[in-house]
Amino acid sequence: MPAQSVDRPMPAPFSDYEIDAAYDEMFRARGRPRPHYKNLYAQLLNLPSDELYRCKKEADLSFFNQGITFTVYGRAEGTEQIFPHDLLPRIVTSAEWTTIERGLTQRITALNLFLADVYHEGRILKDRVIPGEIIYTCKHFRRQMHGVKVPRDVYVSVAGTDLIRLPDGRFVVLEDNLRVPSGVSYMLTSRKVMKQIFPALFRKCGVRPIEQYSQALFSTLRSLAPEGRCTIVLLTPGIYNSAYFEHAFLARQMGIELVEGRDLVVHDNKVYMRTTSGLQRVDVIYRRVDDDFVDPLAFRADSSLGVAGLFNAYRAGNVVLANALGTGVADDKAIYSYVPKIIRYYLGEDPIVDNVETFLMSDRAQREHVCENLDKYVVKAVGESGGYGMLIGPHSSREQQAEFRDKILADPRNYIAQPTLTLSAAPCFMNGRIEPRHVDLRPYVLFGEKVTIVPGGLTRVALRKGSLVVNSSQGGGSKDTWVLQN
Amino acid sequence: MLSRVADSLYWMSRYFERADHCARVLEANYNLMLNPSKVSTEERWHRIMQSLGIPATANGIDPQLAMLKLTSDPDDESSIVSCIAESRENAGQVREQISSEMWERLNSLYHQVTQANSRLAADADPLRLVAAVREGSYQFRGVTAATMSHGEGWQFIQLGKYMERSCALPVLLDAYFSTADKADDLDWVGLLASCAAFESYCKVYTADLKPDSMAEFLLLNPEFPYSVRYAVERMSEAIAAISRTSFTHATSRIERIAGRLRASLAYAQIAEIISGGLHRYLDSVIEQCKSLHASIHEVYIDYPIQSALEA
Repeated sequence: MPAQSVDRPMPAPFSDYEIDAAYDEMFRARGRPRPHYKNLYAQLLNLPSDELYRCKKEADLSFFNQGITFTVYGRAEGTEQIFPHDLLPRIVTSAEWTTIERGLTQRITALNLFLADVYHEGRILKDRVIPGEIIYTCKHFRRQMHGVKVPRDVYVSVAGTDLIRLPDGRFVVLEDNLRVPSGVSYMLTSRKVMKQIFPALFRKCGVRPIEQYSQALFSTLRSLAPEGRCTIVLLTPGIYNSAYFEHAFLARQMGIELVEGRDLVVHDNKVYMRTTSGLQRVDVIYRRVDDDFVDPLAFRADSSLGVAGLFNAYRAGNVVLANALGTGVADDKAIYSYVPKIIRYYLGEDPIVDNVETFLMSDRAQREHVCENLDKYVVKAVGESGGYGMLIGPHSSREQQAEFRDKILADPRNYIAQPTLTLSAAPCFMNGRIEPRHVDLRPYVLFGEKVTIVPGGLTRVALRKGSLVVNSSQGGGSKDTWVLQN
Repeated sequence: MLSRVADSLYWMSRYFERADHCARVLEANYNLMLNPSKVSTEERWHRIMQSLGIPATANGIDPQLAMLKLTSDPDDESSIVSCIAESRENAGQVREQISSEMWERLNSLYHQVTQANSRLAADADPLRLVAAVREGSYQFRGVTAATMSHGEGWQFIQLGKYMERSCALPVLLDAYFSTADKADDLDWVGLLASCAAFESYCKVYTADLKPDSMAEFLLLNPEFPYSVRYAVERMSEAIAAISRTSFTHATSRIERIAGRLRASLAYAQIAEIISGGLHRYLDSVIEQCKSLHASIHEVYIDYPIQSALEA
């Protein structure tokens, strides 16, 4: 065994730190930090124990006063809580990042070609690489988009791809979020707070900046605007949306208007916003409203968040929507399993970042195998997100398994299964001690004239010990992600 | 600027001014009520309610309870807590339009008053809350002036602030002058303190508290921030600035109403006003402010689409 992986005693504040089968982001072995974590390790050993508490308090207060809170429903008092944030950064080396960046660039390029194909000729279906049935039965397939020309053929201009790290240290894609991914404001504000708290550590480590995200997003949106016109707005469902803070934050950072459906009117297939100077024409809408709700005339008639007539204006080419409508067909969890084939089909390349092995319940053999081994798999509903509609096999009861077996048999197309994956673990400051918790990584990918990925992302943390669920709606938190210069 | 945004900024500012005004009136009067007077405590509370434009409730007001209700009852829409909450709610609607510093200041004031709310117990607690609001309001104003660009949005904030003040001051004056016959010096000090005007008044008229002079000062003084004339003049400046930045042409009605009100205050003499009936004059100021508010709403906020397309 090489000397570097021999266990050594763990000093305080790491005395309770356990390393198990999961890949540990910080340690190769007990008492042996990985080289890119050495600065942080040294800093933590030198800090007096009260100091971490003080830092934690300072960070929480800063989040609270900035109003980076989310609403806890059903309680009258103290309904606002800050988004749980962990003090210790998650560190990614420059080499690891290069692979992620190349992999995600390849992936978004292929997925955009796939969307353009699906909504036009459908070559990939004719060539029988993907069964047409799986496309047309997808809840997020929008037949209204058939034949609609979108600028630069860019369907997905903003994606938030969830990566996890397997025990062997490889990053793999768990999920593509291609509709209205959120969370980027947490990435940006958490960096700002961390800089206030650990300035010295930043100087020592050489952390690549992410603050240019808003400018990059703005350039991406502008690259989709028609020649000579560029009034860009951000369309939000309004202040009761859980991501409203982010909408306001991004609009302010980009210097564009934050509009709600009721601020927009469509006349003669052109979109206008109501201003104190009268009606003003709108060219690009960065919409953070789901497909279903953007236009009550074209989609859900009961939507009050959208704009009547918007889809016609869009189809007439008088306004750009980013992301385009109907992108959900490419992040459907069943179609996800075809992404490696999609990459090979359009680009003739092997995927740089792999998928997680996925079983389609619509396939008989795969279904039978999974149904007999439900205690070993994670079963997910294909159209759900946020950690809802999931069965985590090893942590489930016989009743839950039986219930899911019935659900799968009733509607096989709606479910997929994946082996239970052990997410990597990173050190977190938990009640005065440093303990490992499972994490994932969501980088944000921008695609306009070119692909831009700011080096970093949202590292989500499953704050409960042993838990693998990182979603904020289910007890997850976040931490800052540092991509090092070299 | 989006019409909805202009509207939210305007109301953020109006509610903030309302909370501030309420805090100042309560602080001034609560102090004075500790002194014995020939006017009963009940009558004085009645006047406080009246001076805030709140319809008087049934008889038998318990001062301690009334104070608690006006400071921190979230179900009472006139309470300081409710006004701060409304102001913050409006600010929350337009967070991308105001500076982060403004939001942080307003947000932390909100948390301060709502948290205090659940703990108010001791006699002096409501007073502390009121003092915190006053302090917080100076900071919010300062931060607003210092960190926000003085463009159209800022003008709507000014408009809201001075519109609220132009409406609130006549109500306050009316409450005091309609009971002037019973008032003693301490009551008049209470009126001046309600407008943070005691020192400024004395600089002009000395400590000689004559009702006519006080009416003149609080109604017609061009330099004092809590006089009706000052508020109306700042309001019409904001109106003029907004109409310069906007391309809407339908502003003539707004400018006419504002100009007439402004001129009336600039050229009026207090003796004339009093002989014509102070109550009537104050009422007409309030009426003109209301119609100004309605016209502004019609031109900038809630205009018909068809007319906007034709223009």
